[in-house]
Amino acid sequence: MKANPAAVLTGPHFLDGDQACCEGALAAGANFAAGYPITPSTEVVERFAARIPTVGGVFIQMEDELASSIAILGAAWAGAKVFTVTSGPGFSLMMEHIGLAAMTETPCVFVDVQRGGPSTGLPTLPGLADMIQARWGSHGDYQIIALCPNSPQECFDLMIDAFNLSEKYRVPVLFMMDECVGHMTEKVLIPPADQLEIFPRRYTSLPPAEYRPFKPGPDQIPEMVKAGDGYRFHITGLTHDERGYPAMNWRAQDKLVRRLVEKIRNNVDHIVRYEERDMDDAEIVVVAYGITSRVALRALQMARAEGIRAGLHRPIVVWPFPEKRLRALAEKVNAFVVVEMNYGQMVYEVERCAAGKARTVLVEHGGGTVHDPADVLQAIQEAAR
Amino acid sequence: MNPTEIRIAGFGGQGVILAGMVIGRAATIYDGKHVTLTQSFGPEARGSACSVQLIVSPEPILYPYLTRPDILVVMSQEACTRFCPEVKPRGLLLYEQDLIKLSKKCAPDVRTFGIPATRLAEELGRKLVLNLVMVGFVTAVTSLVTPEAVRKSVQDSVPKGTEALNLAAFEKGFEYGRAQLAGAASAA
Repeated sequence: MKANPAAVLTGPHFLDGDQACCEGALAAGANFAAGYPITPSTEVVERFAARIPTVGGVFIQMEDELASSIAILGAAWAGAKVFTVTSGPGFSLMMEHIGLAAMTETPCVFVDVQRGGPSTGLPTLPGLADMIQARWGSHGDYQIIALCPNSPQECFDLMIDAFNLSEKYRVPVLFMMDECVGHMTEKVLIPPADQLEIFPRRYTSLPPAEYRPFKPGPDQIPEMVKAGDGYRFHITGLTHDERGYPAMNWRAQDKLVRRLVEKIRNNVDHIVRYEERDMDDAEIVVVAYGITSRVALRALQMARAEGIRAGLHRPIVVWPFPEKRLRALAEKVNAFVVVEMNYGQMVYEVERCAAGKARTVLVEHGGGTVHDPADVLQAIQEAAR
Repeated sequence: MNPTEIRIAGFGGQGVILAGMVIGRAATIYDGKHVTLTQSFGPEARGSACSVQLIVSPEPILYPYLTRPDILVVMSQEACTRFCPEVKPRGLLLYEQDLIKLSKKCAPDVRTFGIPATRLAEELGRKLVLNLVMVGFVTAVTSLVTPEAVRKSVQDSVPKGTEALNLAAFEKGFEYGRAQLAGAASAA
């Protein structure tokens, strides 16, 4: 299915990442957003509130982030394509409903424009330290998908992918921006609507008597219905059977939660996405994501100019982590230099994949600004020795 | 060609951010260069220090922040005092000459160009458009953007109904800048 032309501002624009994120959501078909203002994410919903009347849809400013994150789940079950937007402190409050979305297989997108933390931290300055929280922040066992853009253009492009992935796999998708990307303004090219592929919601074609709301199809993913369409269905955060009714025993738990995990795990090769530079002869691999990846690329260019054989691996989908690729790289390179705007988060994944076959070095940064490329260069030089 | 770094600074309410948006949009949408714009401002809506930073480059921009600006455009004394020391040697300083008193130690090794932007804006009937006067001045004195690109960008960037006034402000600053350059050339 193609994007709705009424929602797509085709042409070149000069937008910041927050605004581009909003345009991506609109192009993806988002017609419901609920949010509570928080720097540096507010511009996303500010624009959505202004734009949505011309497209058709609803924005509600809720009383807090708990309300925002549960409102979008309700709206999704009423047939809307939904997202909410926040930053660190609000993201923490939303954790419970990310788990509920995973358990109820509700398609939805959570945008986290990361700022320095913990707690209220640095409201107007960047951080990239919610990366592990994105994966593991809600209790229990589940899988999510998370993307990490490094430019306003990617905020547009990847937001469409975020919605498509959430519909395809019926999972919450986390859109992990940072303040720098959110507030930087660059050229954003928005293609014509007929060039934007939109994954439609998986609505059932079964008659009401035969429909089972959580009976998986051959790809492990069940079909949805819309509230008010005449189907009986039940949605709960409790462990449930195929009818959606609570079934609190170990067999039902294993059947349901195993499927929630496997529907992502078994499709990792379709979901994982990364960009690589200068990898052919690389002996050192710089791993970086978000705004940090751009600074790391600058350091990489400096290293190449010195004759150091270094390459860049940039996860675009950060969860699930590109494990297979990192394991393959570990077989042939000497070291990974992991550049993170935190004191070490994704580096644990890299270390795990390196499995002792390649050295892993962390270039940490507390946030508030980006790395100095010279610091990254120094780490590359040391790794090359 | 290396990237050019430019900072425009003043106090909130002077249209500093819009000035940056006009130049940035002109450079990337109409002149086809790569541009990254970042901004910084205080929590107050007006009156606080306000600054917009642009990197203009023929190549994709990786590091998003300024290192040392090639061009500094200032519209308040506070901004001038604060940002002058960071301008590159032999860089350019463009300033609102009625609002700013330049001191020698402020800018020992930069080329300076002053303009009475507020007064020129008042001549057009609206002090508010001093930012577009400055944009015209920047366009004339630097080779950062082409005037054709900026004229188109002004049309895209300003509120509907104010295009003519803002374009007039741009032309006023542009003409003033050209005259200054001609004067500087004949003096040299």
